[in-house]
Amino acid sequence: MEKLKLATVWLGGCSGCHMSFLDLDEWLFDLAAAVEVVFSPIADVKQFPEQVDVTLIEGAVANEEHLELVRMIRARSRMVISFGDCAVTGNVTAMRNVLSSSAEAVLNRAYRELPTFNPRIPDEAGIVPPLLERVLPVHAVIPVDVFLPGCPPPAPRIRAALQALIEGKTPEMIGREMLKFG
Amino acid sequence: MSVVTLKINDQDVSARDDATVLQAAREAGIHIPVLCYLEGLSAVGACRLCLVEVAGVNRLLPACTTRVQEGMMVQTNTPRLQNYRRHIVELLFAERNHVCAVCVANGNCELQALAIEVGMDHVRYDYMFPALGVDLTHERFGLDHNRCILCTRCVRACDEIEGAHTLDVLGRGAKARIVTDLNMPWGESPTCTSCGKCAMACPTGAIFKQGSTVAEMVHHPEKLAFLKVARERREWRV
Repeated sequence: MEKLKLATVWLGGCSGCHMSFLDLDEWLFDLAAAVEVVFSPIADVKQFPEQVDVTLIEGAVANEEHLELVRMIRARSRMVISFGDCAVTGNVTAMRNVLSSSAEAVLNRAYRELPTFNPRIPDEAGIVPPLLERVLPVHAVIPVDVFLPGCPPPAPRIRAALQALIEGKTPEMIGREMLKFG
Repeated sequence: MSVVTLKINDQDVSARDDATVLQAAREAGIHIPVLCYLEGLSAVGACRLCLVEVAGVNRLLPACTTRVQEGMMVQTNTPRLQNYRRHIVELLFAERNHVCAVCVANGNCELQALAIEVGMDHVRYDYMFPALGVDLTHERFGLDHNRCILCTRCVRACDEIEGAHTLDVLGRGAKARIVTDLNMPWGESPTCTSCGKCAMACPTGAIFKQGSTVAEMVHHPEKLAFLKVARERREWRV
């Protein structure tokens, strides 16, 4: 049987979901036997590959690089999973939306008004991706197949979801163990 | 008082004729989700989560304010009701800034628990992200409007159990806010007795004890019903 091609990506989030993923401990060996990790922040792959079976997206869509990447992910993945509260709701990443509906005002607040020394908005064309005006949950940009909430999703919840996917089933997201936000 | 017989989810149920459908269902061990209803406070039928189907009535009725009737046929958990309930919970999450991960009530929140109950894996509405304040002027309690769902349980606890009526609602619709007295900082309120019944009543992290951090705030809504019953039975000599 051909191995499931699994990708994980890290957008506007703290990487806590990926830390929780690593909390799967020795089950990672079983996972490694069942899937091929084709793209991940913990694998040295530069370009998101073609024909991925399952992609876990951690983080909200916060800048233009994220926007471009999620569209590419959707086009190249059979199944897309919003992985953690930032991907599902915007969560902490989207708290800047409350400050203003413009990225300019948010950048001014963070980089001009608050710093004591050298206030300057980071701006390196081609290196620092411009912020979107508003942070968006992933499903506001592309269709999402499964939502895996939690901040971070506890390791047993990630395991239950991945186990189902490996067996070719859609994970059942029901009840406190699988569905609690926060 | 007399007793009436009705059917809830095809189960025969008897109840006092002055009982509500919600009370009759609870007596019979049938769960109906609620948010604005709290035992010990008056029922206002505001949150619409307890809406039920009654045979022969072409609109949905809130179980918390609908009296039982002889021969009534009630359904509490049809696919239509389940669908509406999930939409209601999604709308509550979309309307203000509910960030469970950084909330004092994380793990002890009735809104969060309802999201699980109705199977809300994501919110299909656009989030509003309103700019709302936090009133930390009171020495013991805080009021975070970001987390308020306007259930008015605090308003009713303050008025009906404590008799202070410090809290009330200002404005209408999406602009409605909980205010203290004539919209002054809570800490300057001349009527607040600092009793904390509002914090007991709050279903979310909107009213909390100062100094609580993430997941530390446990509300005690059951204490209000206890107080009310104890007073009615005159269990304390004053």
